[in-house]
Amino acid sequence: MITAEQKPLNEILDYISPYDRIILVGCNECVTVCAAGGRKEVGLLASALHLNFLKHGRTVEIKEITLERQCDPEYAEELVSEIDRTDAILSMACGCGVQTIAARYNEKPVFPAVNTKFMGASVSQGIWEEKCQGCGDCLLGITGGICPVARCSKHLLNGPCGGTSKGMCEIAPDVDCAWCLIWERLKALGMEKRYEEIMEAKDFRAAGGGGPRRIIRKDLSL
Amino acid sequence: MKIFEPEIVAFCCHYCAYTAADMAGSKRISYPANVKIIRVPCTGKVDAIHIMKAFEKGADGVYVAGCLQGDCHFKNGNTRAKYRVEQVQIILGDLGWEKQRVAMINMSAGMGERFARTALEFTQTIKQLGPSPIKITHTDINQQAIRF
Ligand code: SF4
Ligand code: SF4
Ligand code: SF4
Repeated sequence: MITAEQKPLNEILDYISPYDRIILVGCNECVTVCAAGGRKEVGLLASALHLNFLKHGRTVEIKEITLERQCDPEYAEELVSEIDRTDAILSMACGCGVQTIAARYNEKPVFPAVNTKFMGASVSQGIWEEKCQGCGDCLLGITGGICPVARCSKHLLNGPCGGTSKGMCEIAPDVDCAWCLIWERLKALGMEKRYEEIMEAKDFRAAGGGGPRRIIRKDLSL
Repeated sequence: MKIFEPEIVAFCCHYCAYTAADMAGSKRISYPANVKIIRVPCTGKVDAIHIMKAFEKGADGVYVAGCLQGDCHFKNGNTRAKYRVEQVQIILGDLGWEKQRVAMINMSAGMGERFARTALEFTQTIKQLGPSPIKITHTDINQQAIRF
């Protein structure tokens, strides 16, 4: 899933201070799971904003709405009935959601309330780690299910580098060396031979080096 | 000048602090009437949003009173409550409010005296801090209205 973290309150306040009526829009998917922009976080941020405005003797109307999926035009449509009664939209979804809303309601200013971080997975309650960089040509089948693109600090395709130490990466003592993990896993699977094969330079056009990417499915298009 | 009497909301766990408040009552130990108790089945049920809503509605201070560390009837409800109190402290700090307006307090069901003492101490802390910034604004506005 896509992970995110709330922006500093000051930055959010800077964005929305000029407005008297705001829609605060959450998303029921990724940002709900990583507790950054679901219904609960929408309520908490709205409350913090109310406290701030009340302190300055202002009452700002904050409409709390959490969409099923903010990056889907059909759900973005659900704001239609509210849009005329608002001055600005504050979105708690990832950047995909913010942009979907901004594109649909281009007559209103749309601001992000979270910083979108990475594609990751939950390793334990309350902890998420980066797992994939969407390189467009997945290598997991030959790297024992461990991604060198996202999890090796140098994105090496033929690691490890000289910085590996006791299974850890040189960037920090609590970061696993992805290539160490790959080697251990391949060994456990009896696939050491695979490790000996030199991987060729990756075509990073599929990873975004060729400009914004797009998927077209003719079978699904209307 | 009118003496400032703060409004304080105390979320009290049914198994400890609420019973301790009862105990204080039956022992005739008084505690400030400023403290309004809300009984909860476990402090783990108190979410950050409940504390925030109390402030929004004008509370000058809020505290969550749960069982002693390790004694939660539902294993770790009081630990969760502690983290949520810390979360609200961060939010208040970001808003420029005093973090001491919200606190986590632990006690057992038998600690009637402790309940009364902490209620008194927290009330004194809030009295020193003064009214919630929301109320200050309201009074400022009212005073201005009078002056004009
Ligand atoms: S907008 Fe889409 S990608 Fe972003 S958090 Fe919501 S569901 Fe996930
Ligand atoms: S190899 Fe590419 S697609 Fe596969 S997990 Fe890594 S970044 Fe993601
Ligand atoms: S120590 Fe391991 S993870 Fe870190 S940069 Fe080198 S190969 Fe990559």
